[in-house]
Amino acid sequence: MVLLVRAAGMLPVLLLLCLGFHFLSDGRFFSGQNLGIVLQQAAVNTVLAAGMTFVILTGGIDLSVGSILAASAMAGLAISTIPDLAAFWLLVSVLTGLGFGVINGALIALLRLPPFIVTLGSLTAVRGFARLLGTDTTIFNPSIPYAFIGNGSLTLIPGVVSIPWLSVIALLVILVSWLVLRRTVLGVHIYAVGGNESAARLAGIKVWAVLIFVYGVSGLLAGLGGAMQAARLYAANGLQLGQSYELDAITAVILGGTSFVGGIGSIWGTLVGALIIAVLSNGLILIGVSDIWQYVIKGLVIIGAVALDRYRLQGSART
Amino acid sequence: MVTPHAAGQPVLELKGIGKEFGAIRALHGVDLCIFPGEVVGLMGDNGAGKSTLVKIIAGNFPPSHGEIRFDGQAVHFARPIDARAVGIEVVYQDLALADNLTAAANVFLGRELKRKFGPLAFLDHKAMAARALELFGELRSETRPHDLVKQMSGGQRQAVAIARTRLSNAKLVMMDEPTAAISVRQVEQVLGLIHRLKEQGVAVMLISHRMPDVFAVCDRVVVMRRGEKRADKEIGDTSPEEVTSLITGAKEAA
Ligand SMILES: Nc1ncnc2c1ncn2[C@@H]1O[C@H](COP(=O)(O)OP(=O)(O)OP(=O)(O)O)[C@@H](O)[C@H]1O
Ligand SMILES: [Mg+2]
Repeated sequence: MVLLVRAAGMLPVLLLLCLGFHFLSDGRFFSGQNLGIVLQQAAVNTVLAAGMTFVILTGGIDLSVGSILAASAMAGLAISTIPDLAAFWLLVSVLTGLGFGVINGALIALLRLPPFIVTLGSLTAVRGFARLLGTDTTIFNPSIPYAFIGNGSLTLIPGVVSIPWLSVIALLVILVSWLVLRRTVLGVHIYAVGGNESAARLAGIKVWAVLIFVYGVSGLLAGLGGAMQAARLYAANGLQLGQSYELDAITAVILGGTSFVGGIGSIWGTLVGALIIAVLSNGLILIGVSDIWQYVIKGLVIIGAVALDRYRLQGSART
Repeated sequence: MVTPHAAGQPVLELKGIGKEFGAIRALHGVDLCIFPGEVVGLMGDNGAGKSTLVKIIAGNFPPSHGEIRFDGQAVHFARPIDARAVGIEVVYQDLALADNLTAAANVFLGRELKRKFGPLAFLDHKAMAARALELFGELRSETRPHDLVKQMSGGQRQAVAIARTRLSNAKLVMMDEPTAAISVRQVEQVLGLIHRLKEQGVAVMLISHRMPDVFAVCDRVVVMRRGEKRADKEIGDTSPEEVTSLITGAKEAA
C-alpha cells in the first residue's frame, strides 16, 4: 500500500486538477482537441525535464537547458537554410545540445566545479552563442524539412484518435529514460552516485563518467527540445527562445517527487510533473483566469503540491 | 591449533609503512604479515591509525613510506579497484552503502549481472536478487534482497556489506568494526562468517574495540598505538588484560 502511494506520487493531484478544470470550464477540458493541445504544450518541457531528472538524480542541477535549447534550434535552423545540408538540421540541433551538455559535464566532473555555478555560467554564455548563430536576428525557414514533427499528428484510429508527433517524441524520451535508469548498469550507477558518491567511488564506479553522461543527456535532450521548437515554429530567435525553460523543467522534476539531494526519484514522476504544469496553464486559460493571477496560482499550487507530497511520505514512513 | 604460518608465504606483507596527513603523523614504521586462512585482530584506541592502515592496504590512498607486498609481489594501488583486482576486499566502518538502493543492488554495485539483448545489456535483477538471497542465507541473515538499505537495521547493513566481499573470491577481507553497532545475536553471525572465511583459506583482518570478539575469532592480535605497532602476538600467548594495557599505553610494548 505504501509502495502504491509512493509510486502513484502526484498522479492524484494531476487527476484532481483535470477534473476540477473540467467542471469549472463547463466540460471543455476533456475534449479531444483540448487534450491534444495540453499534450503538445507539455511535450518540450517533458523532454527537458527528462534530462533534468538524470542530472538531479545525481544531486546536480542544469540551469542551462533553456539556453542550450535556443542555441540548438538556431544551429539547426541555420543548417536547414543551406540547401545541401538541410536534411541534417535535426541531427545538428541534437548534436549541438549534446556538445554543450558534455562541456558542462566535463567542467563539473573533471574540474570538480559546483553544477549550479557551471550551468549558471553556461546559461549566460550559451545564450550568447544562440544570438551569435543568427547574428542576433530571427532565422525563418518556412520549408524546413521534417516540419511534421512540430505540427503533425500520428493517427492511431483514423478520424478518432491521433497524437501530436511532439507528444510521441516526448513519450519515447520518457520510455527510453526509464529503460536506462531502471534497466541498465548506468542507471544504477546514476542512483548510486546521487545516494552516496563515496560509496559509489569505493565500488569502482567511474563517477566522472556518470556525471559527464548525465549532463550530456540533459544537453542532448535540450537539443532535441530545440529541434522540436524549430520544427513547430519554422523559426527561432536566439534571444527569446527558451527563456526560463529551465525553471519549468526543474519544477516538473520536483513536482514528480525527485529529491533535490539526489538518489531518489523516477522518470514517471517527472512525466506527471510536466503534465501538471501543462494542465495548470491550459486549465487556468480555459476558465478565464487573468495572466497575472495565473502566475500566482501556479506558484502556489507547486508549493502546495510538494508540501502535500512531503507530508504524505513522512506519514507513510512513520507507519 | 595449527599455526597458519606453516602455510608458507604470507598473503599480505607490510614493511615500514608510514603515512602523514600534512603535519599529522597517522602511521609510522608498521611491519605486518598476514597468512592465508589467518584471522588477525587489529586493536587500538581511537585515532591509533587502524582505519588509515586499512585504507592504505585497500588502495584508498598511497602510503607516504614503506612497501606493500601481496602474494609475494610488490604492489602499488592507485585506486581501490586496483586492490580489489588482486583480491583485497574491505567492509568499511561507515559501511559505504548507498542508502537509496536495495540490498541486492548494493551487493552487486560495480559488478552488476547483465543479460544481453543483441548489442544491449540490461540488468539481470532476478539473478542478482537470487544470488544476494543465497549470500544472505549463508550469513544466516534475514535481509531481503529487495529492501532498501535505508530501512535496515545495523546488522542487516553489515550483512549487505559483508555479502559484497563474498561475491568475489577475495584472498584478504578487512573488516573495520563489523560488530560495533549490531545486536548480540548478529555479532554471533558475523563471527560465524569470519570462521567460514577462514575455513576457505581467506585471510581476515578484523578491526575491533570489542575484546571478546577478538579473542573469540582471532588467531593473532596486533595492537596499534599513536600510529605505531606496539604488539603482535598469538592469541594463546596473551590475555585481554595485557592487550588492554597495550592499548591504553599502561604497557609500552610486548
Ligand atoms: N584524511 C585525513 N586527514 C587528516 N588526518 C587524518 C585523516 N584520516 C585520519 N587522520 C588522522 O590520523 C589519525 C589516525 O586515524 P584513524 O582513523 O586511522 O584512527 P582509528 O584507529 O581508525 O580510530 P577509530 O578507532 O576512531 O576508528 C588520527 O589522528 C586522525 O585524525
Ligand atoms: Mg577507524
